[in-house]
Amino acid sequence: MRRFLRPGHDPVRERLKRDLFQFNKTVEHGFPHQPSALGYSPFLHLMAIGTRSGAIKLYGAPGVEFMGLHEENNTVMQIHFIPDQCQLVTLLDDNSLHLWSLKQHSGASELREEHRFTLKGPPGSPPSATQITAVLPHSSREVLYLGTESGNIFVVEIPSFRVLEDRTITSEAALQRVPEDYCNRRSCELVEALREHPKNPDQILIGYSRGLIVLWDLQNNKVTHHFLGSQQLENLYWQRDGSKFISCHYDGSYTQWPVSSDNRQPEPLENVVPYGPFPCKAISKIYWQTTKNGLPYIIFQGGMPRASYGDRHSISVVHGSQQTAFDFTSRVIDFFIIFSSEPTAEFDDPSAMVVLAEEELVVIDLKSAGWPAVHPPYLASLHCSAITCSHHVSNIPLKLWERIISAGSKQNVHYSNMPWPIDGGTNIAPDPPQRDLLLTGHEDGTVRFWDASGVCLHLLYKLSTVRVFLTDADPNDNMNTLGEDEWPPLRKVGTFDPYSDDPRLGIQKIYLCKYSGYLAVAGTAGQVLVMELNDEDAEHVVDHAEADLLQDQEGYRWKGHEKLKTRDGPVRFEAGFQPFVLVQCQPPAVVTSLALHSEWKLVAFGTSHGFGLFDHQQKRLVFVKCTLHPSDQLALEGPLSRVKSLKKSLRQSFRRIRRSRVSSRKRRGGGGNVQEANAKFDPDALQEMELAPVQRKIEARSAEDSFTGFVRTLYFADTFLRDSSRHCPSLWAGTNGGTVYAFCLRVPPAERRMDEPVRAEQAKEIQLMHRAPVVGILVLDGRSTPLPEPLEVAHDLSKSPDMQGSHQLLVVSEEQFKVFTLPKVSSKLKLKLTALEGCRVRKVTVANFGSCKTDDYSENDLAVLTNLGDIQIISLPFLKLQIRYPCIRKEDVSGIASCVFTKYGQGFYLISPSEFERFSLSTKWLVEPRCVVDIPEVSSNNHVHTRSGVENAYRDLLLSCKRGKQGGTCGEHCDRAVASSKVGCMWQNYLGG
Amino acid sequence: YCFGAEFRRFSLERSKPGKFEEFYGLLQHVHKIPNVDVLVGYTDIHGDLLPINNDDNYHKAVSTANPLLRIFIQRKEDADYSAFGTDTMTRKKNVLSNVLRPDNHKKKPHIVISMPQDFRPVSSIIDVDILPETHRRVRLYKYGTDKPLGFYIRDGSSVRVTPHGLEKVPGIFISRLVPGGLAQSTGLLAVNDEVLEVNGIEVSGKSLDQVTDMMIANSRNLIITVRPANQRNNVVRNSRTSGSSGQSTESSLPSSTPNILANFLQGEEESDEEDIVIEDSGEPQQIPKAAPTNESIESLTQIELLHESTQNGFLPSSEMNLNHSAGSISMEYEVQDPDHKSLEDGTIITL
Repeated sequence: MRRFLRPGHDPVRERLKRDLFQFNKTVEHGFPHQPSALGYSPFLHLMAIGTRSGAIKLYGAPGVEFMGLHEENNTVMQIHFIPDQCQLVTLLDDNSLHLWSLKQHSGASELREEHRFTLKGPPGSPPSATQITAVLPHSSREVLYLGTESGNIFVVEIPSFRVLEDRTITSEAALQRVPEDYCNRRSCELVEALREHPKNPDQILIGYSRGLIVLWDLQNNKVTHHFLGSQQLENLYWQRDGSKFISCHYDGSYTQWPVSSDNRQPEPLENVVPYGPFPCKAISKIYWQTTKNGLPYIIFQGGMPRASYGDRHSISVVHGSQQTAFDFTSRVIDFFIIFSSEPTAEFDDPSAMVVLAEEELVVIDLKSAGWPAVHPPYLASLHCSAITCSHHVSNIPLKLWERIISAGSKQNVHYSNMPWPIDGGTNIAPDPPQRDLLLTGHEDGTVRFWDASGVCLHLLYKLSTVRVFLTDADPNDNMNTLGEDEWPPLRKVGTFDPYSDDPRLGIQKIYLCKYSGYLAVAGTAGQVLVMELNDEDAEHVVDHAEADLLQDQEGYRWKGHEKLKTRDGPVRFEAGFQPFVLVQCQPPAVVTSLALHSEWKLVAFGTSHGFGLFDHQQKRLVFVKCTLHPSDQLALEGPLSRVKSLKKSLRQSFRRIRRSRVSSRKRRGGGGNVQEANAKFDPDALQEMELAPVQRKIEARSAEDSFTGFVRTLYFADTFLRDSSRHCPSLWAGTNGGTVYAFCLRVPPAERRMDEPVRAEQAKEIQLMHRAPVVGILVLDGRSTPLPEPLEVAHDLSKSPDMQGSHQLLVVSEEQFKVFTLPKVSSKLKLKLTALEGCRVRKVTVANFGSCKTDDYSENDLAVLTNLGDIQIISLPFLKLQIRYPCIRKEDVSGIASCVFTKYGQGFYLISPSEFERFSLSTKWLVEPRCVVDIPEVSSNNHVHTRSGVENAYRDLLLSCKRGKQGGTCGEHCDRAVASSKVGCMWQNYLGG
Repeated sequence: YCFGAEFRRFSLERSKPGKFEEFYGLLQHVHKIPNVDVLVGYTDIHGDLLPINNDDNYHKAVSTANPLLRIFIQRKEDADYSAFGTDTMTRKKNVLSNVLRPDNHKKKPHIVISMPQDFRPVSSIIDVDILPETHRRVRLYKYGTDKPLGFYIRDGSSVRVTPHGLEKVPGIFISRLVPGGLAQSTGLLAVNDEVLEVNGIEVSGKSLDQVTDMMIANSRNLIITVRPANQRNNVVRNSRTSGSSGQSTESSLPSSTPNILANFLQGEEESDEEDIVIEDSGEPQQIPKAAPTNESIESLTQIELLHESTQNGFLPSSEMNLNHSAGSISMEYEVQDPDHKSLEDGTIITL
């Protein structure tokens, strides 16, 4: 029973482990899933986004990010910054108000929830009496005005949230002296909008939903003006000087009202239906911005003609004769205008419009001609086409980095040059330690190159493979080609486009060699493209080769999708990565593994049928190996063939899947959404589930199982395959059925590289008797160090591998880790995972961990993600478990599937279709936001932060963790605790010195 | 009298093996032990040590020889019955540890009920002495049989006695037995039995999928501890008054049983050292264990084994090279060159 005991505690090793390993979730990249509210502080230049799962995220200058999470996980309905303060108030859909503040701790600002409050009416009053519909933080910074469904406006003090009952503005008081007939028609109205007078803080404008607008004098507690609107009110906006305001309405009209001291019941100045005369949709928000030249900017959301454009998500900008209706790819959540906020400035002079749509953030430069879009430095919509795979490359050489940026800049010419207008706060994080690239493959056949070095995940360059193929997409299908006199003057903006023209274009595997600039990408229909970086546009023919992976196996018929049709003749490619050869696997099944060796100029690829090796220098197929078990019909037919309808309407089906994925996938910790999603379940389906209890078949794996031939991993190594005196290039492949194939390669020397063919010969075949899928193969050199990457040694970035001592082979299956000797294969060591813990390996990578204490110590370990969402670090070469961290909820299958590790102990996984969570396992390499938001007045009050305060906060965090455990959904709560204050790690750092 | 450790290699007509009696006589003749009662065993294709004591299993043995039939002969009175039916060759550690600890085994009385050496075990109840009476630990011998394990598990709930009284807790239960499967044919498992442990690891707190994965990962040597739904067929022990768990001091069974458990677990440890390598499109071979250190019993050569075995009644082993008459047996692999087969590292040809 000894082996069940924990390994003996070696205090030296334990101390070293503390210096090497540490788990932190550091930052969320990408676009928040299901945003529900937007706020902006012109004072702080910070933007806040709330989500349906109760998260609140603040963004300023690039690198300035804060995140908080409401414990209730309820939808954030409204966000309001307190004027001239580092504070904001959120309203959730459970009618609770939350006060958040940015405070400085140990040099960096943190976002923390200070107070929460739920408005309570007198006993017996209906809930609508206190249902908050409008929030106005008063410029005095002392009170909030809360408009409710009942029409009453409550006044609460901040930060205490004490209700000042004597200052409540009842609807009765507001309705005094309103003409009888108007009053009768419109009783029982809810407060739709509250706006403070821009010049006189003692006056607020109250808009009731049925159209009545009241100017209220706070000093005398009485109405000064009544504006008798006839249309259902949507929103209000003051003009800068306070002499006029605009109301916008449900019928698609807006009205300008004068405010003068003599007329207490003014008539509207003008009433406009901008997209009339046919019935229009509501204008839900409007801005009226003055400029020096006299022509105002009128910016409004909605108002489109119902019948023909009722489905558009638009915001119109009108400036003199210029008018554009920006047409967004998804529903507009909210928007704001950045304009001159100096109280002394005479005009608004709007500079930019920031629009939060459901799937992306769009910023429009209003100062440049043509109103171009501004390229956001963060909040990228990762899911503009669904992410199908990702690949991380650490430590990119400067040369390649610059070339990629240069290729990308040529793609971004249509963006505005305006500096990013939301520039609050200061990023004080140290510069990223190195240049890292995250490559994401997408369903539409594109590969996006992201700068993943720092806190802001920024798009550098987008590569499309579509050009190589002929697709059904109509090249003239361009939404933007609208004629001059089109009305309404719609203009598509944004990049979110989830609909793939052809799902076969989807990218499945990516391999980039950072030294040579060679890139291999492989897709859903068995296509493998090898590309080279070219700084110029070029037109050339892409060479084709076919790899028949079934070889001479007879009697099979592929029932899956067909291969993609290729374009004949030369194809024009823009600067960047340009494909020069296409290897088409036959049958055209999805490519399941890919490896590129840039030094030998070889690319290896595998599908569910077998694998092949292609010489991309000579453009010649070296060999193919069929791994298919003869009885495995399922693999042969292709997984898609089982769903007949799919073939018929492949595209629609994929869209449907996507849509359901988007709606059902929730962000982590989104307890509220779970309930919501559960509630949506068909009760019949639930009943069915109860009738047939879930059961699992217990059966040993056998050679006859389906998909045993599925090639899971490919690996190039220069090692001792045949005898211990000569090493040679080799290719290793691991299958789903637990088989490892090793091929001995003969690559001609450089001078004869083009003259002699590359030869390959099978040297070994290892069958793991537990038959679990092989997910990783690795060769360790004589010093037990993993072999370096191709060209790494040539670039002086790695020591030459030790070819004196004997090499070892590490085979990682889903169930076990095994070390074998080479060249004679004998088993040396193993670590069983599944048999002992019931978890399986999902992802495995070698990572280098440096000590945070000394610069001269680092070691290689395996970073492993299991199907339960745990991360384990396992030592090399002795396969000892070092440490284990819960990372992803085990139910979050897509999160686990999307995880990528970096070479330096960091990682990324999708927490929603549009967001990557970044985590770090290393004490040394930690990329996390660290920033300061300065505000002179406030910081003087909050400067004295005692250590005990920090400790209290940390204790709160721990408590919330504990509570979470009791609640049973521990992972979720821990997640939330970490998320609700990612500053937690900062505290730890602080406390630890 | 002590037998020498030696090989005898001789040929036999594959198509006409003859009768067991003749073969027995031949063995006695070849080994020059005409008057000693011996047990004859052979290793089958799965590496199991199986008995030869009648015409049927003799014919079976000859027909499965591929191409060598390796025979083990033990003096009957010294025979270690427990060796039979276990996959002797592939899990040498297990067998050897029995063999190499003669003091353990000499004390152990063999309670021979029938002729266990005539059968290949498919399952066994183990650790009866250390488990509560309400529990049953069942070992399913998947190796060497084509039968599927053949059962399903499901989620459920059971009632536990805790310091705070009765408590309903989630549990894993057997939900279905496949007719003709190993699980059903043993009769030791039944629908609604609660699964408590898989190969010594408690399942409480683990999800259905986790337990499934653990069982499949251990499927070649699955030991599951269940609380049978039907508690009437439990083993009754007079030494124990209640079903409390823990080690009994006055166990009626030999005190060496914890060693058996250890052996089982060790056996499990080694049970998948059966990975196979094919070098240069040659013969599939079992992957040996590397680094012949002192802890590695596996690396003992066969010669040593034979030396040691004399104490335990092992007779010299025989390897027969069968004359395969043309067409009588189709063989995928050519006759193994006896010299090529490296006895030094204990490599076994399994195909």
